[in-house]
Amino acid sequence: MNTACPATPRILLRKTNLDKPLWEKLFMDIPYIVKPREDTGLYNAKVGIWLFLASEVMLFGALFSSYILLRVGAAAGTWPHGLLNVALGTINTLVLICSSVTVVMSWASLKLGNFGRYRIYQSITLLCALTFLGIKSVEYHDKFNHYEVIQTDGRIVDGHLVERTKDFDLAKKTGAVTLLGHFVEKTEAGAHEATAKHAEHSNITIPVAQIKKMENYGPWHSTYLAIYFTLTGLHALHVFAGAAVIFVIWGPLAGLWKTDPARYTNRIEISGLFWHFVDLVWIFLFPVLYLL
Amino acid sequence: MSLKAIHLVFITASTVLAFGFGFWEFKAYSAGGEKGDLILGVASLVTGASLIVYGKYFLKELKNIGYL
Repeated sequence: MNTACPATPRILLRKTNLDKPLWEKLFMDIPYIVKPREDTGLYNAKVGIWLFLASEVMLFGALFSSYILLRVGAAAGTWPHGLLNVALGTINTLVLICSSVTVVMSWASLKLGNFGRYRIYQSITLLCALTFLGIKSVEYHDKFNHYEVIQTDGRIVDGHLVERTKDFDLAKKTGAVTLLGHFVEKTEAGAHEATAKHAEHSNITIPVAQIKKMENYGPWHSTYLAIYFTLTGLHALHVFAGAAVIFVIWGPLAGLWKTDPARYTNRIEISGLFWHFVDLVWIFLFPVLYLL
Repeated sequence: MSLKAIHLVFITASTVLAFGFGFWEFKAYSAGGEKGDLILGVASLVTGASLIVYGKYFLKELKNIGYL
C-alpha cells in the first residue's frame, strides 16, 4: 500500500473511503489549482490575485484622490512645478514598459515549453526592476541633498549641498555651508520654479549666523513632496516585492517546472499580473507627479 | 482577466502616455526652445509608434491564448 503523501496541497476529508490508501482517506486534492473552475473560468490563484489587486486599487486610489484634493485645494500659484527630473522619470517609465514585455514573453515561453528562454526573459525583468529602484534612489538622494536656505535678510538660496565646514552647527550658530545654486527672487513656489530652471548656478557660501531656516527637499518640506514620497515610496516597495516574488519563482522554486509545469506556468502568470498592476500604477504616477 | 488581457491594457495606456508626453515635450520646446525637450518629444512619438507595432505583433503571436 502506498502511503507516501504527494507534493500537491491537500485538505482534510470529512468522509474516508476504506478502499483508498491511508493518505487518500485523510486528504484530498484542492480543486482548481491548475485547471479553471467551470462556472468562473478561473483557477484559484487567479481569483486570489484579482481580489488582492482590487484591494491595491483601493489603496492607490485613495492616495491619488488625496493628491487631487490637496492640489485642487492649494492656493493659486503655490503648487510646485519642475522639482522633479523628467528625464530620469522618462527612463524609469521605459524601463518598466520593457519589464512588462519581458514578463509576458517569459510566460509565453513557458506556454511553449521553453524553460531556458523563460529564464532569460525573467533575468531581464529582474535587471529592469533593479535599474528602476537604482534610478529612484538617485532621485531620492538628489532631493535629500537639495536645500532651501532662508537668510536673516529675507533672501532665499536654493541649491545642492556642496560642503559644510567642520564646525557647522545650526543651534550654536557656528560654521558655514556652501550650496551650488542660486538666489530665489520670490518666495512663491510657482515663481521660484520658473526662475530655477534658467537661473545661473554658482557656489554660494552662507555663514550659519545668517541662516534663519535651512531645510532639504524631504517629505517634510511641502505637501507636494509629502505626497510625492508617499506615492513613489509605496510604489517602489511594490516594485521590490514583485521583483522578490519573480526571483523566488525564477530560482528556488524552479524545481516545480519539472514536477508540475502547468502549475509553474500559472505562478508566472500570477506574478505577471501583479507586475503589470505595479507598472500600470507608474503609468499614472509619472504624468501626475512629473508633468502636470 | 488573463495576463494577455492586462498586457494589452498596459500597452494601450503606455501608448497613450507616449503620445501625450511627446506633445507635452513639443509644447515645452515651443515655449522654451530647449533641444532636450525636442529630443524627448521625438523619442516619445517614436516609442508610441513602436508600441503600436509591438501590440499588433503581440496580438498576432498570442492569438491562441484566451483573455480570461
